[in-house]
Amino acid sequence: MKVRVFVSLKNGVLDPQGRAIQHSLEGLGFGGVKDVRAGRLIELEVDETVTDAALDDMCRKLLANMVIENYRIERVAA
Amino acid sequence: MTAFRSAVVTFPGSNCDRDMAVALEKISGTAPHRIWHGDADLPDGLDFIALPGGFSYGDYLRSGAMAARSPIMQAVVAAADRGVPVLGVCNGFQVLTESGLLPGALMRNAGIRFVCREVTLKVENSQSLFTAGYSAGQQVVIPVAHHDGNFFADEATLDRLEGDGRVAFRYAEPVNGSARDIAGVLNKAGNVLGMMPHPERAIESAHGGTDGRALFESAIKGLVGA
Repeated sequence: MKVRVFVSLKNGVLDPQGRAIQHSLEGLGFGGVKDVRAGRLIELEVDETVTDAALDDMCRKLLANMVIENYRIERVAA
Repeated sequence: MTAFRSAVVTFPGSNCDRDMAVALEKISGTAPHRIWHGDADLPDGLDFIALPGGFSYGDYLRSGAMAARSPIMQAVVAAADRGVPVLGVCNGFQVLTESGLLPGALMRNAGIRFVCREVTLKVENSQSLFTAGYSAGQQVVIPVAHHDGNFFADEATLDRLEGDGRVAFRYAEPVNGSARDIAGVLNKAGNVLGMMPHPERAIESAHGGTDGRALFESAIKGLVGA
């Protein structure tokens, strides 16, 4: 089955990349964009036997850096 | 003086490993062991371990993230826990934070751009093994070359680092957006130092400066005697 892991910066952590994207959007003439935060989407194809606890462990040990990032796990129906 | 037994770890994508090895050999007189990331063990009886700069694993996922989980890092963490001195420079610093040996994280430079130039640092702590060759408050010039050197830690962690004298070096002026202009930090025991600037690139006059030399000299002197 497919699992999506969304990794995003914690609130309060400045995001230089998001800010650059925001500036570029402004440069392209798009108005009304108040803030941009860039994150990361990681898609995993896993056996049905892979538990939520194991996925959580994967996020904490590698996929996200808990000092600066949060993560959200989403199982996608086949 | 007994022979100085050091090791330089090379990850796929490391590119300052040779510079680090040359610096250690020139200053200690003994060539370091060259260790590959896939090795499971370090040589016995090491006095010093260096994690060099570069772009290990192409900076995939996060700078230093993959290297921090490579086989050799288990041995490096175990050695650090036993008190073996570990120096991480640039990507090596990123590997140390990713491995949990040092607190905080190194994020994209605040100005987005790669910064490659000489910077002036202020020595904050001159009591550590690595910094005993400097005096507190001394200003030194050492090059930086990085994209992800923006040190981040929460306020409580920063306060603790400052209070415990674990900020080894601070940029004399803002360079990359680092919290409190921190350029290098020590672990609690003082045997692990991570820093973004490259002391191994400032050890002889042909480099344009020799301010990095004292770091290696004081570590070597502290470990195996003058």
